[in-house]
Amino acid sequence: MSGNNDYTQIDNLLREDRMPHIWCPGCGLGSVLHSFLTALNKSEVPLDKVSVVSGIGCTGRTAGYVKLDSFHTTHGRAIPFATGLKLANPELKVIVFSGDGDIGSIGGNHLIHAARRNMDLTVICVNNFIYGMTGGQVAPTTPLNARTSTSPYGCFDRPFNLPKLVTAAGATYVARWTAMHVRRLEKAIVEALLKPGFSFVEVIAPCPTQYGRKNRQSTGLAQMDYYKENSIIKHGADTKDVDIDLNGQIVIGKFVDIECPTFYDLQTEILGKTFPHMSKTQAEEASA
Amino acid sequence: MKYWRKPLDQDKVKPVHGRIILINERCKGCGFCVKFCPRNVLEESERVNAKGYHLVDAVKEDECVACGLCEAICPDFAIKVEIENAKEPTGV
Ligand code: SF4
Ligand code: SF4
Repeated sequence: MSGNNDYTQIDNLLREDRMPHIWCPGCGLGSVLHSFLTALNKSEVPLDKVSVVSGIGCTGRTAGYVKLDSFHTTHGRAIPFATGLKLANPELKVIVFSGDGDIGSIGGNHLIHAARRNMDLTVICVNNFIYGMTGGQVAPTTPLNARTSTSPYGCFDRPFNLPKLVTAAGATYVARWTAMHVRRLEKAIVEALLKPGFSFVEVIAPCPTQYGRKNRQSTGLAQMDYYKENSIIKHGADTKDVDIDLNGQIVIGKFVDIECPTFYDLQTEILGKTFPHMSKTQAEEASA
Repeated sequence: MKYWRKPLDQDKVKPVHGRIILINERCKGCGFCVKFCPRNVLEESERVNAKGYHLVDAVKEDECVACGLCEAICPDFAIKVEIENAKEPTGV
């Protein structure tokens, strides 16, 4: 949209030649990608220092749709690839954009350890409660009683509460929004991008094809409507109270925003004692 | 436009007005823009695109205030909103 101050266009960041994308009608991933690209423009981080890392899954296709340095990695390994990028070149702004199955299940251990180390990454985890691409199997985030292709009588595994998981592991910024809250999501992503340390934004998004259809929300629109009617904004809510029940209320907002030394800070400080050339000021000089 | 209280600077501020550009071949008929537009500018139409999805029409384009929500929420990058200044939207 041209000429409006509080809005930035995203044409510079979207690979329009790859449109239309593969996502289903009513899938929320496109909306989340739009919010992310707008946020990236608004945050004014230098684009040649940005890289986007995705794993496997519907959300993982994102890396192929952005006109930025991007990495489509193996299943669950988006965070380790991103960690490697960040360690090799601390100047980079590394963003992990992937789904709940990729980040929370196959890559679950990587997630908690990156949070524990406070790696300076921005993780955008799109949670649609299901493994969409592979046929709608039950995911670690599927709410109790939800029906999926592998839980036809209702899911009886207790789901992960991702904000609680990463908060416990040490993340410095934790927020949750839905694909419907485009503007607030944009704002949260800008904050997460500018936050030093491990920042985690969970985005609840519709997957009508695999999840909604089996759980009485047969279209993406019905799911978006449900988010609109059932989301409660509670900034600073204790993450132990933000569990999601099937068709229940969804607590959204910014839950955690704290200051902590990052992996790089501690590395340069502690190793700098023994290897003076690694102390931070010199590292900064070298990169300047 | 109808207000519940007359804004003090009403004669100084010209409401912005938007023009909706629809990229029909990308539309998948999800209906997000129709549902969430705060001014009910868009409406599902009878027309279909090559893939058979029902397209939308900006039936009340005069009402558009260029908030950009339809553009932002469209999951298929099929809407662009252009600002046209200095045109008073007609009654609500
Ligand atoms: S399967 Fe679900 S998540 Fe994947 S593109 Fe379709 S609606 Fe989106
Ligand atoms: S820019 Fe805003 S007011 Fe105009 S059509 Fe889109 S959503 Fe409606």
